Amino acid sequence: MKPALTSLERVLTTLGRREPDRVPLFLLLSLHGAQELGMGIREYFSAARHVVDGQARLRTRYGHDCYDAFFYAAIEMEAWGGEARFFDDGPPNAGAPIVSHAAQIAGLAVPDVAECARLRQVLDAIAGLHEKAAGEVPVIGVVMSPYSLPVMQLGFERYLDWQTEAPEAIERLWRMNQEFCVEWANAQLKAGATAICYFDPLASPTITPPAEYRRTGWRIARQTLARIAGPTATHLASGRSLPAIDLLAQTGTVAVGVSALEDLAEVKHACAGRMAVIGNLDGIAMRRWTEAEAEAEVKAAIAQGAPGGGFILSDNHGEIPWQVSSDTLMAIAEAVRRWGEYPLFGRDGR
Amino acid sequence: MTHTDTLSPTREAFLEALIETDRLAAGRVLESASRLAGPGHALDSLMMPALETIGARWESGELALAQVYMSGRICEELVERLMPDGAGNPAGGEARVAIGVVEDQHALGKRIVLSVLRAGGIPVKDYGAGLGVGELVDRSRADGTRVLLVSTLMLRSALRIKDLVRALGAARPAVKVVAGGAPFVCDRRLGDEVGADAVGVSASDAVSIVRRLLGGGR
Repeated sequence: MKPALTSLERVLTTLGRREPDRVPLFLLLSLHGAQELGMGIREYFSAARHVVDGQARLRTRYGHDCYDAFFYAAIEMEAWGGEARFFDDGPPNAGAPIVSHAAQIAGLAVPDVAECARLRQVLDAIAGLHEKAAGEVPVIGVVMSPYSLPVMQLGFERYLDWQTEAPEAIERLWRMNQEFCVEWANAQLKAGATAICYFDPLASPTITPPAEYRRTGWRIARQTLARIAGPTATHLASGRSLPAIDLLAQTGTVAVGVSALEDLAEVKHACAGRMAVIGNLDGIAMRRWTEAEAEAEVKAAIAQGAPGGGFILSDNHGEIPWQVSSDTLMAIAEAVRRWGEYPLFGRDGR
Repeated sequence: MTHTDTLSPTREAFLEALIETDRLAAGRVLESASRLAGPGHALDSLMMPALETIGARWESGELALAQVYMSGRICEELVERLMPDGAGNPAGGEARVAIGVVEDQHALGKRIVLSVLRAGGIPVKDYGAGLGVGELVDRSRADGTRVLLVSTLMLRSALRIKDLVRALGAARPAVKVVAGGAPFVCDRRLGDEVGADAVGVSASDAVSIVRRLLGGGR
């Protein structure tokens, strides 16, 4: 048995693609803090201190290895002048697109992070979590990639159409998004985030053919990540990764979040020596797991992904649904402690 | 030699043109087949098999959603060009099929299914996006909708289909509900959980599901 590490040491060892004391667990519970505090989701996200308290309570309960400073994806749309629609039992969702004609793109103004009250709340939450972490727990910040943000800004259909019908306008939007993304990511790092999750669902071959991604989102990712002053992990939000692994590895990202539809061992092999793997418990199916099923899923994921290090156990989407129960989350956390200790069960004579 | 045999060599060319989103090549292949076998037969034997293949290859991870979307759009345009008064009747008075997105504003999945249904010659009403369950129930009843396809993006909106099915339960004639979208791709048991009459995993499933549901009783 290896001596116990702090969560931060455990994660850094893993990202260095070595075996720490046990498999790190990221329970990405951006919403469940509201349940901990007994308040609605809108109220929860109305103050940074709620998120700090919520994240602290969740980590006390489950003992996982990060603070998740993510509020909700549509917060970036609020910064761009759009709206977020709140619900009682799920993440706030982006409202109507802010652009309906390509000519409008030229008139958009890149949000100033310091001037946006909602973004400042996130920065305050990161600062609060950084303080609580006391150098022992990684604080994860999140940005939407400049390549994926237009899905909310324009609507998915328009975005795909305009890439061929109005390519100059789309290039302009990508450049504007890139400026915003870099400033937003670096502001989070400056506030105390340990690393940035670069949320890029469109990079996934589930959405974009790899050849097209290479021409567009890959180029943008390489430019953007090079300007972010800290480590980044790319998350594909349930999308497949394998056909694009080589491209993703060349963006400068240190880890990739992969789909529940993929074989972890295969992804791990493809990433070997280049990126760590984050995943891939199925957040949708997780709602109905029994405790025994949760343990079996964790055990299987560890057996596939964890040998040799370089693996963080997490869900496949980057956000565990509101409907997943505390009992299930506890079963997952306990299973990681039971089966995730290095050297792994079943290896090295154990 | 039957028309189907005659068209066999062109199937691959048509499929390839769609995957490459080459509108001109797809149009050339389809028009050539149409001259040979007639427009209806060309659509049946080239277009629907191609869309089904593309759907299956997306489901297996071989193709991307952007290709599914663009191939659907190209097919829709070709149907309108080939049979301007025939198949694609987007909001025709006789449509007994409708589609909408529950709560979410992002409607790409709905758009793809619309394209496929129109390419398959099924008139369909578009109820739009960002809809509440009540709106879908009211519109379905008012229109006498027989098959309602519901597209979802988020888990919470997928779970709303349970409320929709319950609310539509008393409607006469019965409204059959087809669920689709990312949550149903990830969790193949979700359709049963919400009580949907059918689940479409890929857009190309829509034509056969709708034909089956329109053909039989509830």
